[in-house]
Amino acid sequence: MDSSASIETHHDPHSHSAEHEHHELGWWRKYIFSTDHKVIGIQYGLCGLAFLFLGFCLMMLMRWQLAYPGQALPVIGKFLPHIFGAGSMPDGKMTPDFYNSLGAMHGTIMIFLGVVPLAFAAFGNFVVPLQIGAPDMTFPKVNAASFWAFAVGGVIMLISFFVPGGAAKSGWTSYTPLAAFADSGPGHDPLFNGQTLWLIGFIFLITSSLLGAVNFITTIIQLRAKGLTWMRLPFFVWAQFVTAFLLLLAFPPLEAAIVMQLMDRVAHTSFFLPSGLVVNGAPVSISGGGSPLLWQHLFWFLGHPEVYVLILPAFGIVAEILANNSRKPLWGYKSVVFSVLVIGFLSFVVWAHHMWLTGMGSAVSAFFQTTTLLISIPSVIILSAFFISLWGGSIRFNVPMLFTIAFLPMFGIGGLTGIPLAFNSADLYLHDTYYVIAHFHYIVAPGTIFGLFAGVYYWFPKATGRKMSEFWGKVHFWPTLICMNMIFLPMFLQGMAGMHRRWYDGGQGWNVANEHTVWGLTGFQWNQPISWAAWIMGLAQIPFIINFFWSIKHGGKVNDNPWEATTLEWTAPSPPPHGNFVDIPVAYRGPYEYSLPGRERDFTMQNEPVEPSERTRRKPPAEPVLV
Amino acid sequence: MEIPYTVSTRPDTGLWNAKIGIWLFLASEVMLFGALFSAYIFLRIDAAPGTWPHGLLNVPVGTMNTAILILSSVTVVLAWAALKMRRYRAYWWYMLATITCGVIFLTVKLAYEWPQKFEHFGAYIKPEALAKYEQYLGNERRIEKGFEPRIEITGHLHSQNAKEYEVALDPVNADPDNPVMDRPHFFPLPVTDKIATIEKADVQRATMFLPTHSAYFASYFTITGLHGLHVLGGVIVFIYMWLPVSKKLYQRNPEHLANRVEVSGLFWHFVDLVWIFVFPLFYLL
Repeated sequence: MDSSASIETHHDPHSHSAEHEHHELGWWRKYIFSTDHKVIGIQYGLCGLAFLFLGFCLMMLMRWQLAYPGQALPVIGKFLPHIFGAGSMPDGKMTPDFYNSLGAMHGTIMIFLGVVPLAFAAFGNFVVPLQIGAPDMTFPKVNAASFWAFAVGGVIMLISFFVPGGAAKSGWTSYTPLAAFADSGPGHDPLFNGQTLWLIGFIFLITSSLLGAVNFITTIIQLRAKGLTWMRLPFFVWAQFVTAFLLLLAFPPLEAAIVMQLMDRVAHTSFFLPSGLVVNGAPVSISGGGSPLLWQHLFWFLGHPEVYVLILPAFGIVAEILANNSRKPLWGYKSVVFSVLVIGFLSFVVWAHHMWLTGMGSAVSAFFQTTTLLISIPSVIILSAFFISLWGGSIRFNVPMLFTIAFLPMFGIGGLTGIPLAFNSADLYLHDTYYVIAHFHYIVAPGTIFGLFAGVYYWFPKATGRKMSEFWGKVHFWPTLICMNMIFLPMFLQGMAGMHRRWYDGGQGWNVANEHTVWGLTGFQWNQPISWAAWIMGLAQIPFIINFFWSIKHGGKVNDNPWEATTLEWTAPSPPPHGNFVDIPVAYRGPYEYSLPGRERDFTMQNEPVEPSERTRRKPPAEPVLV
Repeated sequence: MEIPYTVSTRPDTGLWNAKIGIWLFLASEVMLFGALFSAYIFLRIDAAPGTWPHGLLNVPVGTMNTAILILSSVTVVLAWAALKMRRYRAYWWYMLATITCGVIFLTVKLAYEWPQKFEHFGAYIKPEALAKYEQYLGNERRIEKGFEPRIEITGHLHSQNAKEYEVALDPVNADPDNPVMDRPHFFPLPVTDKIATIEKADVQRATMFLPTHSAYFASYFTITGLHGLHVLGGVIVFIYMWLPVSKKLYQRNPEHLANRVEVSGLFWHFVDLVWIFVFPLFYLL
């Protein structure tokens, strides 16, 4: 991998000013094939938001089938067969195969094309170099390559909806042997079929995140501004740093697994196929000798760190906004940083808690149960530190802060409801029920995605020089918060009533769940209010979409530091020019110096030199306590 | 705009950017090949007794390829050292030697080793028919001596019709009771002219030595294929650094070219190292 600096100007290594070698790039190079971290960040951001919305639309379709199984979907149902083919929704009624496609692609799109690109790649690309006072990423061309690999992967995933047989339908986990035989046989192309395209798309997505991760870590190590020591880094940078390591080390085993599954499908090997396999009543002519469990191990070796890839950037965003809007330093900065490092490490040794029901053996289960419970400790430290940060603050309830404050209890619910799943005995009952769905959606939907919304509202002024509307932000926030809970809270009940998460008819035919009522509704009947809440939440995103695009040109103009924040990105002009800073910033202090006593303003930016009076100021000695 | 520390080192880390970048990249490569090797171990431990093949690969050719790859790792270091001493001519020759080694390795792999396997045939005999082919399998003696029974007959497929295969046998099946055949050979023995007729009704599964043949060949072709792609990638990068376009960079900033050679050399050493694992796992064990 070669370094990608512009070698022409190498003889003059001390010139950093943007004007010095300024030459106007064409529109295509400036906005489409750009190597500027800010443009790439915005490209990732727009794609990520679009994919999030698409993934949500898939789910809204599924919710119709869950609430009203077998009934024709009005209006939209007439058009969908024209888009997704006759096999998707004949007469507006969803086929089981299409339902499975929607489910598998909802997971895939939300996680790998929505949240990761937005949380890690978009915010990381846009904010990290600015926060560490760097002119760009260390490898700008690699950065662009990362985005384009992502784009190709995304397009392949989208194309897979339109090939004969439709998109992948073996769940987002693509468990073998199911996934090895899905989308094959008559009516399917050997290569251009849903599952194979899913695998090929993934190779591009993994390449993308590998290039991104290398770039992020190198940038954070090498391009920190003068004086910006490790313990002066904003927590967001720490979170991205750990996330990058997770992507760097956890994704390759999945890539290996994907290559092997691709071999199983295309070259007819048997990596994941056991001997004596019978499909559709006939023995399959394969060598056998493979192991379905191997796929699960390799998949979850990525799959679990991936959970932290989804949540850590949100932690980072929340920390920034919390300190900024409570006008207080982040409580326990060091413990939070060390906690995030411990999470990063432990997240590599918990993966098999997704596999309690595979019969791995009790010794293996006991090990992974222990590590799983251990990892909750640093998570709780972080969440506690966030809560305590609010204590005694003078809180500004602007839109980013609303989303941030909502994040805390939502993530808390998600985390605490995970504990029964961590115990393998309790999980035997709850496994693969709606309880699991509710648990992890509380982490990633009102958790991570609220963090991401907060980040969009918070850094929007830096990217555009304009603020998004506060009023429409609140119109977006409140219905979203209420609907989120109306969607996911009842799912805990459904799950405890025993409703399986993959039922196409929403549990309609399952008598046990329908014999008992919770708050007047049976497990199946709960699907209707949940679905209505999901559709209303879909409508509630419209103010956000309009607000977002309208504010780019028409939002209220703001200065370079509208939130009166302390970190280095707010010393750059808004929007920052190519090369970012007018003067190369130097950091003199920690990231969250809010409300320093004896200061005129309640925030002191990282690049403000330490005054002599500050040096002599000491904590008063503790008074002896008399009992 | 200029990215700092592309050529010079950052004082507090003592590194330039690409050096960190390549080590991180290699860390992820370790995880990639690590997962594949883990899968190999997993499958091998899981394999039913007697089903994991031994001695099917050409050990002398593999040894030669190993030597070639190690040699290329030496020449790439010499190329880098020559650049550091600002001896471009020597660099050019060492680089050419490295590229040649890489190309030889790939040619041997793709034009000789792989096609040889594609032409080889193996038929797994159904358990109930094993006794019928005792003359080719020699299992009575093997069981007596405590070895795992043979369940496959291998060789070159001469012809087949609807009912049977005609196979020119490998020495191991031609002379199954010979104690020499108990262990794999360093120098592969050629296929004999002894022909066996195997009824299709007795065959559980018969294929050429393709990835479909067994978990062993599946992992062999996948891992050597992925390794081969890495060799190819390295060769392409080296060719770029060897072409006149890089001489221009050398004239402008020799240290920059030296750094590029260093990071691609690190990658090359890694590719070499992977082969050091592949060779014993597939050829010897």
